[in-house]
Amino acid sequence: MLIQLLTYIPALPFWGFIVLSLFGRQMSKPVIAWIGAGTVCIAALIVIILGIQFLQTPPADGIYRQVVWTWFHTGNLSVDISLRIDALSLVFIFIITFVGALIHIYSTAFMHHDRDYARFFACMNLFVCSMLLLVMADNLVLLYLGWEGVGLCSFLLIGFWYEVPANGQAANKAFLITRIGDTAMLIGLFLLFKEFGTLYIPDILQQAPQRFAQGDGRITLIALLLLGGAVGKSAQLPLQTWLPDAMAGPSPVSALIHAATMVTAGVYLIARMHVLFQLSPVTMTVVAVIGAVTLFIAGCSALVQTDIKRILAYSTISQIGYMFLALGVGAWSAAIFHFFTHAFFKALLFLAAGVVIEALHHEHNIFMMGGLKKRMPVVFMTFLAGAASLSALPLVTAGFFSKDPILWFAWSAANGNALLWALAIAGAFITAMYSTRLMLVVFWGEAKTPVGAPTARLMIVPLVVLAFFSITAGFIEWPHNLLLLDLFSQHVQKILPATILKQQLPAEWLFQGIAVLITAAGIYSGYVLYYGKPGVRWQQSPGLSAVRNFLFSGWKFDQLYDLLFVKPFVFVTRINKNDVIDRMYNGLARGSVRLNNLLSVSQNGSLRLYIAGVLVGILFIITLQLLL
Amino acid sequence: MIDNAHIVLIVAAVLFALGLIGVLTRKNVIFMLISVEIMLNAAGLAFVAAGSKWQQPDGQVMFLFILAMAAAEVSIGLAMVLQIHHQHKTLDVEKLKELRD
Repeated sequence: MLIQLLTYIPALPFWGFIVLSLFGRQMSKPVIAWIGAGTVCIAALIVIILGIQFLQTPPADGIYRQVVWTWFHTGNLSVDISLRIDALSLVFIFIITFVGALIHIYSTAFMHHDRDYARFFACMNLFVCSMLLLVMADNLVLLYLGWEGVGLCSFLLIGFWYEVPANGQAANKAFLITRIGDTAMLIGLFLLFKEFGTLYIPDILQQAPQRFAQGDGRITLIALLLLGGAVGKSAQLPLQTWLPDAMAGPSPVSALIHAATMVTAGVYLIARMHVLFQLSPVTMTVVAVIGAVTLFIAGCSALVQTDIKRILAYSTISQIGYMFLALGVGAWSAAIFHFFTHAFFKALLFLAAGVVIEALHHEHNIFMMGGLKKRMPVVFMTFLAGAASLSALPLVTAGFFSKDPILWFAWSAANGNALLWALAIAGAFITAMYSTRLMLVVFWGEAKTPVGAPTARLMIVPLVVLAFFSITAGFIEWPHNLLLLDLFSQHVQKILPATILKQQLPAEWLFQGIAVLITAAGIYSGYVLYYGKPGVRWQQSPGLSAVRNFLFSGWKFDQLYDLLFVKPFVFVTRINKNDVIDRMYNGLARGSVRLNNLLSVSQNGSLRLYIAGVLVGILFIITLQLLL
Repeated sequence: MIDNAHIVLIVAAVLFALGLIGVLTRKNVIFMLISVEIMLNAAGLAFVAAGSKWQQPDGQVMFLFILAMAAAEVSIGLAMVLQIHHQHKTLDVEKLKELRD
């Protein structure tokens, strides 16, 4: 029976991790590559087979479930290692294993000269395994295990080149900031257990509407705490600062973090626990607002970055913002669909950026690139596909098909409003603009850095495959007014509720027209500003320069947190340098030393004095005996 | 009336006191050792006296134990005295103060 293969999906990468971390040092590089990439590829094959079977003959309750063993059992809490696939997690495991496998194949060539080849693949495999556990878990404890595993692996991989101190700091930052969210989520899980007495997800989802009224304070608190976890992992406002620094890792790691794993965990969590969020309209609004604001401010920052990977990092934050916006307005399947297409084009962009950086001798600054169109035609074509998809070029790219419903629902969903829509549209304009800027600066213009060795074929093949999906992945779901094709949402909506629309809406084509126009305007402004020119001269006036620096530093969030949290903390620690509580213990130690000095006078080495002491003691005891 | 046992016990107490005073006042290690022997014999005498008063063999058994122990103690003690003399060229207990704090 095929369902037995379910266990192997996370088990294979885990096996790869175990083998590589124990015996990796003794293995030759080809063996490491075969184990590292092979395990994930086989897992991807299993997922595809299972997925086809799932779609052809859907199980009666829409779920494949397999209990592997009981993890622990205490009191009335029983936690199983049990895996479950429904339409929602199927999308995620497909992306994780398929895109993950392509990234692994790419890495075999990309990391070939690194001396820590085995460590790299061990971490990557563990990363994939943790993420798979996260999305396949059917209880929140197992989900949390995967959640923390993802955090650990991101730490290991961002700090992969640990000899450079800045990389270690970036890893620490990523770990600590996501930790803040994780703590909130953990408290949320405790509260969930207190309210429901179980952490089995289907039970919680089933019981929640019966036990709690709409907008109950307790459920709002739980939903907000879970949202805290999601915000931390998905790098949304206000915990987004770790993601741009996470570029310190190798390019495939960035691709894996941004496309397949890690940052989408928050989206998954909210979609998975959607019943709780629906019970709390306040939290839904918060989710939507966080998404809308994040997508806007991250887009603005992407507009002025000069490091190719940082541009992509900010664009990831921005695109995840779209997903949060969609989740917040209740457009569940639109959010998941945007995740689906985003994974392809963002992985593509990161891998292509890796190729470019590698070919230009580790040059990250886009203004030092230029003129790569002729010299790296394949990379150019694939990058163009990715960038077009990112800027949602109408009808020909996957990004359009997934972003258009979000823009539409931002206005038309019951929870949506004009302001959210305006921010989303502004974000679409900015996205198109910075994508154009990135393309023009990197691939057009004159060459500024000589191109190094030609790219290995193993790195090109994943690019082409991803480029294909970046263009075509959107065709499975069309806007309703254009073509009645909804292969994606018809499955996902078995798990997630359909979007509730407002009454009396303007026609949908109007919004699509505006979105298309805005995208075109964004591309055109990018073209006008950057084609054949060195770009915007920000230094022209001090005002512009200040704005640029403000955006460049990511709206000064790092400085703000430094001022709000780090400085006061350092201040307090400095005041309390001689720890108050330590003084008590120091006093105790000093008292003992003094007592010791006092008594050690009696140990003067005179044998006769000792005997006299013994005699006095005996007489004392005898006297006591006689008297009492 | 004072019976024999009492007299012997008083003798034993006097002997013990003499030994104790010897240990406390003598400076020479050998003399201190001999004083300890006197104290041991005083204790043995007390055992014998008690054993004869209650007509029990235990007192004499205990004396035999003390005798054996005293022999062992003296042999070890004298060996240590020899070593002390060998290493420090003195048997004055007031000068052997290395084990002080």
